[in-house]
Amino acid sequence: MRTNGIQKLLKSGFLLFCDGAWGTIFQSAGLKPGESAELWNRVHRKKVLEVAQGYVDLGVDMIETNSFRGNRITLAGIGAEKDAAELNRLAAEISREAAGDKCLVLGSVGPTGKILMMGDVSENEMYDSFAEQAHALEQGGADAICIETMSALDEAELAVKAAIENTNLEIICTFTFAKTVSGDYKTVMGVSPAQMAEKMLSAGASIIGTNCGYGMEVMIPIVKAFRDFDSNIPLLVQPNAGIPKIENGETIFPETPDEMASRVPDLINAGASIIGGCCGTTPEHIRAIMTQANL
Amino acid sequence: MIIWILGTKIAKAIISDLLIYFLLFLEPKTKLTMADLKKLNESIIYGDLETSVQVTKEALIEKIDPQEIIQEYMIPAMDIIGGKFERNEVFVPELLMAARAMKGSLELLRPLLAASGIEPQGRVIIGTVKGDLHDIGKNLVASMLEGSGFEVDNMGVDVSSDKIVAAVQSDKIDIIALSALLTTTMPSMKDVIEALKEAGVRDKVKLIVGGPAVTQEYCDQIGADGYSENANGAVGLVRKLLAL
Ligand code: B12
Ligand SMILES: [Zn+2]
Repeated sequence: MRTNGIQKLLKSGFLLFCDGAWGTIFQSAGLKPGESAELWNRVHRKKVLEVAQGYVDLGVDMIETNSFRGNRITLAGIGAEKDAAELNRLAAEISREAAGDKCLVLGSVGPTGKILMMGDVSENEMYDSFAEQAHALEQGGADAICIETMSALDEAELAVKAAIENTNLEIICTFTFAKTVSGDYKTVMGVSPAQMAEKMLSAGASIIGTNCGYGMEVMIPIVKAFRDFDSNIPLLVQPNAGIPKIENGETIFPETPDEMASRVPDLINAGASIIGGCCGTTPEHIRAIMTQANL
Repeated sequence: MIIWILGTKIAKAIISDLLIYFLLFLEPKTKLTMADLKKLNESIIYGDLETSVQVTKEALIEKIDPQEIIQEYMIPAMDIIGGKFERNEVFVPELLMAARAMKGSLELLRPLLAASGIEPQGRVIIGTVKGDLHDIGKNLVASMLEGSGFEVDNMGVDVSSDKIVAAVQSDKIDIIALSALLTTTMPSMKDVIEALKEAGVRDKVKLIVGGPAVTQEYCDQIGADGYSENANGAVGLVRKLLAL
């Protein structure tokens, strides 16, 4: 297990903070549905840098990169698979530029959108796609790789292995869980927090956790489920600002900064080590979370 | 030698034994049909493509009515797995495997259905709307409709309203089924409806919508003809709209 920068910071006993959403901010800045946010690294570098800077200025400990859907399999959907390496390198460079040495840069790696068992892509293709992405993020200056919003064990395992074997970076892995009818938490592929933790830790991740999903409140039982499995492992938690709904044709993420912040003490008690935000969160949300946590 | 054996009591015993063996051999074979079709049902529920295809082939050799195979064994299997999915007893992989097993069997039956002059129950085009790349739920709806006897043209993801209008203009389509998973892409459903109106073909088709954030209220608001919250419901909905 690799234990570079983040592990050391955590060892010193601090709660750490991560950035919030990028994608939903780009959407307010004019990113159209279906448009690739990753292409903005090339064509709207300034706008991407601005979002990164907005989070760095809050004094967070780490920010991510604009590369969530930057693997070549996903980019092939818009005919941009050949640009994968460049777009990821740019993503890391932009975040590095904003972060300087004030905070760490986590290279964001999201799912390919393909399901291995369907046979549309092979394990090798998937591995290569993640390897290329992770390597490019390292080249661009990332300090760690954050494999996120995963739901399938096989895909996430390939991503973790590809990142371990093709970079020298620390690996974080987060899954998205939803409450089931019986009241426990599973991904859409049926994976529980304990199953995920076991597999991802043995694949080489040194920080695990949960992101996206259904808002701040449901993160608390998920964190507890992780803690039941392992009381020591560092846990990254990035909730959405609630479940999005449409009002007057606009997507609204209902949880306000104060509402999210009000649950921070419970989240810390449950055992979160690093707190940030996912879809719908803004620098205001993260500021409120940090203020509440530091009270 | 043979005559000698036939002449003896022993020979009679042997012959009656052989007869029993022969009958035993025959008997399971006549029963095979029943047992095997149950296996077809199970193999779809458990997502075992190989078995479901094999049993379907056997059933065809025995000239069992394809309609019966679909209605009595395949659709009930999808109903069962769909119910399990809704109760979170199974998840996306199990559902996809079941859908794949059913599709495999269906592909064998389709030419026969066509040859026997059985018309599809209706023609459906289905797609995930412009800007939206989620395709799992939409594919499930497509398989269920296909399995229920509808002819389904799966147009994929990120489907523009132009493509949909063109399809409606060039073909006899009964149902348009639209899926959207993002609140940011749900308005694209309304765009499709507007585009159909503009092209003067809105009244030619029924349009149904779905996706986790879509509601009956939203459906009514944009002027779609129906909404269902899951793939099972989509079949009933389409039947209702086509008055089947
Ligand atoms: C898998 C997934 C992905 C995969 C998609 C893979 C694929 N090939 O489909 C990937 C990783 C690519 C992805 C990307 C994104 N995703 Co996504 N994704 C999901 C996830 C986890 C599961 C969706 C799913 O497949 N469910 C299982 C199927 C079986 O259910 P279903 O789709 O609801 O379909 C059923 C019913 O709704 C109904 N139905 C569906 N369609 C239709 C149509 C008709 C006519 C009818 C009658 C019924 C019907 O029947 C189906 C079967 O019962 C959901 C979260 C969740 N738990 O739902 C988020 C989720 C949908 N994604 C979300 C987001 C925000 C994104 C991204 C924007 C992330 C980002 N920051 O970049 C991108 C957008 C990409 C794009 N432009 O489309 C949000 C959407 C929030 C919102 N409401 O706007 C969700 C809800 C996660 C969350 N909680 O925030 N995602
Ligand atoms: Zn999110």
